[in-house]
Parts: sequence; C-alpha cells; structure tokens
Amino acid sequence: MSELHYKDSFIRKILIETKAIAMVGCSANWNRPSNFAMKYLQGKGYHVIPVNPRYAGKEINGEQVYADLADIPVSFEMVDIFRSSEAAEMVTDQVIELASEKKISVIWMQLGVRHDEAAQRAEAAKMSVVMDRCVKIEYGRLFGELGWSGVNSGIISSKRPKVRV
Amino acid sequence: MSADSKKKQNEAHKFGIETRAIHAGARPDAVTGARNTPIYQTSSYVFDDAEHAADLFNLQTFGFIYSRLTNPTVSVLEERMASLEGGRAAVCAASGHAAQFLTFFTLLGPEDEFIASRNLYGGSITQFGLSFKKLGWTCHFVDPDNPENFRKAITSKTKAIFIEILANPGGIIVDVEPVAAIAKEAGIPLIVDNTMATPYLCQPIAWGADIVLHSTTKFLSGHGTSLGGALIESGKFDWAQNDKFPSMTKPEPAYHGLTFYETFGDFGFSTKARAVALRDFGPCLSPANAFYTITGIESLPVRMERHIANARAIAEFLDSHSAVSWVSYAGLKSSSYYELAQKYLPRGPGSVFTFGVKGGYDSGVKVVEGVELFSHLANIGDTRSLIIHPASTTHRQLSEEQQAKAGAGPDVIRLSIGLESIDDLIYDLDQALSLV
Repeated sequence: MSELHYKDSFIRKILIETKAIAMVGCSANWNRPSNFAMKYLQGKGYHVIPVNPRYAGKEINGEQVYADLADIPVSFEMVDIFRSSEAAEMVTDQVIELASEKKISVIWMQLGVRHDEAAQRAEAAKMSVVMDRCVKIEYGRLFGELGWSGVNSGIISSKRPKVRV
Repeated sequence: MSADSKKKQNEAHKFGIETRAIHAGARPDAVTGARNTPIYQTSSYVFDDAEHAADLFNLQTFGFIYSRLTNPTVSVLEERMASLEGGRAAVCAASGHAAQFLTFFTLLGPEDEFIASRNLYGGSITQFGLSFKKLGWTCHFVDPDNPENFRKAITSKTKAIFIEILANPGGIIVDVEPVAAIAKEAGIPLIVDNTMATPYLCQPIAWGADIVLHSTTKFLSGHGTSLGGALIESGKFDWAQNDKFPSMTKPEPAYHGLTFYETFGDFGFSTKARAVALRDFGPCLSPANAFYTITGIESLPVRMERHIANARAIAEFLDSHSAVSWVSYAGLKSSSYYELAQKYLPRGPGSVFTFGVKGGYDSGVKVVEGVELFSHLANIGDTRSLIIHPASTTHRQLSEEQQAKAGAGPDVIRLSIGLESIDDLIYDLDQALSLV
C-alpha cells in the first residue's frame, strides 16, 4: 500500500472546526489507547461521545456510552474509529447514511486502520477522510505539544505558535 | 485512490539539513516571543489540578512533570536530533554511554544477547563486554568487514545488531546496507552509532538503521563544552512481528500495565526508554548542556565542511611523511574503505582518523607529548585539533589483541582535526614528528 499523505492545513482545519467526536470502539479500560485519546481530547475541549455496545448505558470518562452511532441523540462532526480495518468499512458505510441527519463531515480512522474503498465512498459523499492517524497525536503535533516528548513534528516556522489550551 | 485523495497527497516542501540544524524543534516561545530557545533551568512544573497531574503521570496527556523525564530546552534538542536523522522521535541523555544504556535496557532482558562490530570506541567495548555482562546481557563482537559475520553470530537470543558506521578510532567504515538486510531478515533492530559522521555526513536510517545513537558531546555540540547523548528511533521497526520484544508489546508492570507499542505506535520505543529507563535510572541531560548543544548544532554543516577539508589535507600530508608508516583515512584513494566512503559519506569521511608512527609505542608517546597546538586529551569533535595515543589511554583497558583488532595498536595515533589554519596544523605535526 502507498503511504498516506495529508496536508497539515487539511488536518488543522478538521481539528479546529470539529466540536463533537463520536468515538467508535472506545474502551472503558483506562490504559487502552482509545481511552487515552478520549481523555486527552476532552481536556482540549472536545465533546467526545463513546460508542461501544459492550458498555451501552454506562459511562466512560463521565460520558454516556451508546451502543450504536444511530442512537446518539445529538449531532457530531467527526466519527473516530478504533476498530479493525474490516470493521471500519461497515462503520464508514453507516456514517455515510447518517451523515446528513447527524451533520457528520469527517471520518477518521486511527493508527493502523485503513480501508481505501470505504474512504473513496465517503469522499464521494463529500466527507473528509483521514486514515492511519491518531487524533491525539495529530492534535499534539500541530499545536506544539508533541515535540515535548521529543517527537519530530516536521514543523519549521519562525512564527510564534498559537497556544490552544 | 480517488481524485480527492490525490489532491491531498502533496509533496510537502522538504527543508534542507542546514535549515533544520537551525530551526527544527525551535519555534519562538509561545508566550514571550523569545526567538532563541530559553534555558528552562527548573526541576519541576506545576499541575493545573489533581486530575491534570494524574493525566500527566499516566502519559495520557503531553506535558512536563519533572526534568528527569522531560524539560522544554531538552525537548528542543530531542526534536532537532529526530529531524536531522530523519527519525520519528528522540530521547536525550547525559552522555552517549547513557543513551546506549537506555537503548539496551529498553530492548533486553536477562540472558538476552546482541551482536556488535568489534570496531568501536574502546569505552563501548568495555561497557558492552564487561559492565553489561553483570546485568545478564551478553554481547558478541564480530569483524564487520564481512557483513555475513553478523548473520553467523545470530542465535535465538539475539535482540539487536550494533555498529559504528564510521568507526572510532578512525578510518573504518561498515557496509551498513547488507547488515541492515541481515537484521531485517532476523526480525531484530539495527542500531547505528553515528557520532563520528554526524547526520550532516550520513543518515543511517536512510540505509536501514532502526535506532541511531549519538554522543552529542562530539561534533554536534562541537566546541568541547557539553556532554550529552541521544537515541533516535526511525519509527519503522515493527516490534510486534515476533515475540522477541515483550517490553514493547506486552503490558509493562513498571508502568501500570501500559503496552507501549500499541499505545504510542511509531514513537513507542523512545517513549518507553524515557518513561521507564530514564525515569528509573536517571541519566538525564541538563537543560544548560542541551542549550549549548542546540547552539552548536546550528553551525554543524559549516563546521563539518571545514573539519573535512582540514582532515583531507592533514591525511595527505601524513601519507607522504617519512616518519609515518601508514594512514587510515577513508578519504585517501589508497584506503580499502574508499569506495564505502564514497557511498555512505559522499561529503567526506569525517575528521577523526589514525596513523602509525615508525618506532611503535615509544614514538607514539613522543609525538603526543611533542605537539604544541594539538591538544593531548580524550575527546573528539572539538573546534580544537586533538591528539591521543589510544593504546595508553582510550583503549588502555583492552588486551593487546583487542587493541589490535580495534585499530588501536601500540604505534597508533588518533587525530581529531579541528578548525584552525591548516598551515599551522601541518607545522605542528611536522615538528612533533621530527622528534621521533
């Protein structure tokens, strides 16, 4: 498979315009990557809505868990998928159907998750798609926090960074 | 790929190494606008509240706790090292030796083994061969001239291969590409020490290295002022491809059962090296030393050009000197490593090399004591030109056989050519050699 490239400006626009994120496959276990990402993104002001039939009706990090995207009573701009690449295809097809009702504009597949055909269908439905990236890592990279852990952000700039707390 | 996807696939402008040596990791300060990187001379950092503190300790959010783990000045150097080497992430340490320890502690368990080139800095041969042994780690040394020697030494316990691509004390280059292929086939990482070459001359990740190590004390810091070390991970090694690396792929008892590779992906190794090895053993880099090193790196490309120009001229001068029996500099056409130098170090094979003085040990001592401009000391990669007799100093702990195999026999003198006027350097060596 070819490597995926996304412009920094494309990712930055998504992260700035998104207010609510439905996180599919979110774990209740605090030391799982999805739980890490949820907690971090909550701290950055996002409304993160966990979706996982295993925990339906319970709470993760203070938010009610829904069994299915269709059950969420509010609108959300992004669906963040913590599932296998095969499962991501089904989730994507469901999101395309729900897009206008829930006002969803972004499908984001986490690190290691990629389904090119599903992505093509979503893009044909005028949605933005990011695959094989972590929302938390991209947020940290573009808004200056990732370098604190010695990670190469790839950003070269003589401008004072805008701090987003 | 759809047309939309193709539009998103842009080839972002790639900044050159001279630009990244100055800018990578170092934007102006977000609050004050300070253009140069401030020295954050602080041990610790306030938490917003108990929840924030818990998130930081759990590694759930990015931020600073205590300068043994992270410090904003050190972070700038770490990101710059990762950028210069074309890696994903870096961790700095108090010295190059400390960076080696962090790397092997993260990789190995008791009874594990690794293979190293026998052509290494003498201190590394001692660290690997003797001190690591006390921790239950076994290093097998092989002659790197034939890459197949690495394959032959691999056993089911082997967890890594370690080489210096441009080997100390000088003149020897390891053919890294076939060694990388052997490591890949065995499912183990190739660790390359790039101290002698610096990322300006060679970027081992481009040739298949998985982890790159540095003593930043040398050419990077560049002025003989500041000790430091760095480990850089490529981000390309698949730690889950076999069951050899449970410390990356299994829940870590020393960190609340966190699984580092799954949670941090392509910067999982450096995160683990920091969160466990650096945390528990403590060889952190001081912010002041990080600052001096950051400042040094800004001029690395221009310094290396001069280091190499001077080294070439000195090597040619010595090659034709009557008191000199041989010169081991891969930039000389007579060197058996000349072709490898052209391939891996096209800008020049560094400025540290050795030569043999006629008359053996006693002559060697006369030369190092006879110089007036060269400094007789145990370091390399300074603005000043340096000279040492390895058999009586850096490689003293080794047996005569080990000394000979490491290229540090009794007649060997090592030079680290600095940035002084070339005529003065030649004048000084010539008068010292006349004493032999």
